[in-house]
Amino acid sequence: MRPAAAVVFATAVLGATATAGEIPLADRKSGYEFMARETRAMQDDDTANPGMLWVLDAEALWKRKEGSAAKSCADCHGDARASMKGVAARYPAFNAARGRPVDLEERINICRTEQQQSTPLPFESKELLALAAYVGQQSRGMPIEIADDERTKPFLQAGRELFTQRQGQLNLSCAQCHDDNWGQKLAGAAIPQGHPTGYPLYRLEWQTLGSLQRRLRNCLFGMRAVSYPLGAPEYVDLELYLMWRARGMPVETPAVRP
Amino acid sequence: MARALINAPAKAKRGEIIEIKTLISHNMETGFRPDNTGKPVPRDIITDFICKYNGQEIFRAELFPAIAANPFLTFSTIATESGALSFEWTGDNGFTATESVNITVE
Amino acid sequence: MTRDDDMLQATRRRFLIEAAALAGVVGIAVPLAAKPTSATPASMRAAIRKIIGEAPLNKGKVKIDVPPLIENGNAVPLTISCESPMTADDHVKAIHVFAEKNPQPNVVSVQLGPRSGRATVSTRIRLADSQKVIGIAQMRDGSFWSGEAEVIVTLAACLEGV
Repeated sequence: MRPAAAVVFATAVLGATATAGEIPLADRKSGYEFMARETRAMQDDDTANPGMLWVLDAEALWKRKEGSAAKSCADCHGDARASMKGVAARYPAFNAARGRPVDLEERINICRTEQQQSTPLPFESKELLALAAYVGQQSRGMPIEIADDERTKPFLQAGRELFTQRQGQLNLSCAQCHDDNWGQKLAGAAIPQGHPTGYPLYRLEWQTLGSLQRRLRNCLFGMRAVSYPLGAPEYVDLELYLMWRARGMPVETPAVRP
Repeated sequence: MARALINAPAKAKRGEIIEIKTLISHNMETGFRPDNTGKPVPRDIITDFICKYNGQEIFRAELFPAIAANPFLTFSTIATESGALSFEWTGDNGFTATESVNITVE
Repeated sequence: MTRDDDMLQATRRRFLIEAAALAGVVGIAVPLAAKPTSATPASMRAAIRKIIGEAPLNKGKVKIDVPPLIENGNAVPLTISCESPMTADDHVKAIHVFAEKNPQPNVVSVQLGPRSGRATVSTRIRLADSQKVIGIAQMRDGSFWSGEAEVIVTLAACLEGV
């Protein structure tokens, strides 16, 4: 597609307030509302929510000196409760050095490598999840707010395309379940709208805390579609679109889901 | 690092029944789950939990693989005197963890 | 009795696989194929006998509070409570919980006493399949009381790949 045509197309698509099938903003519901009473109670009680165990871990990790710079997160950012307030609510965000948006886990690793002069934490590692949960929890209750940034628009569009394209052996798109059929049952479980309001979250199915990327890979597996490799930019594009789609909804990290 | 979260009231009236909630991180590998090759992953669980009130045992539990990962146990006791509630978890492969909270009883 | 249970198991398993195929969510086939052998009601009865010996098991006094429809069998909230004044002379000494169709029937055993105040314990358990959960209370006077609940366990729709 020629650049000019691409810009017109992008503006036309993103400029529209609601394309066909998109859930009207007022009708959006968090996955919390589709859960049983008992699972909701697990999320609501900080002393029953297993996700809080990772937050507890992170309180110690935050103060641990790392890398050849021998710096801890606290050395630059002080008390996370003040400095990290609202941060998770605006991720994924554009990173000028990378020339593209990065998600919270990637941003933590950028700090690890560039500021602490240490090695990046592996995806889905206990420590990376703990730090992401800790930072996420500082935004709990705050509305998701993806910045209206010109630079992220092409990635947002790429994410929207991933969400609406049919893929896999079942030739299903994310939108078909999560925009068009939310609330209905799939194999006994209610289909949620797919808003990532509480990541990283404790998924009962995993029996552990996990990232949005892990959940997206589960979806792709369920759709019998090929998963992108771990850390692929496609996940971040999709995360960006999903967070934008959930704009205004409160952060629930660390959430609990079935 | 086995972390534990304890929810017990910091203050209570003498004779009051207080509720104690405990949560500890542990995978509770059942010993029935197959790995990639089909062989069962060996059992690795917390097997015992004891709560002591100023050194006196007030609650004990024997846990089996059917207890969900990150074991959550809620029980009650009568607030008799000020002091410490101590918690100890032990399990397979020499697992131990302890935690303690103070309580003021008036 | 056992043969009927096995047939019911096989029929339920086949139904789930066929339902999954209809729904197009083939992922469900993976955990079912890897499912270990489950306890039979007979092995649960044996586990119960080990605890109570030859004493009679009275029905009553024990209440099992568990959601009737479970979203995920990996973490099922369970509260077991027993009527008792919990005095030095009349209290619950221990509560034992069993699950009929888990690979192993024992779930948890707790020891209480007059200092407990209430004979109520909550935890989260794993249930491998829809089944009966049984709680047995051991009283200070040596008597045993039981209560049970029937639970339906569903599977998540989007599972993990191997």
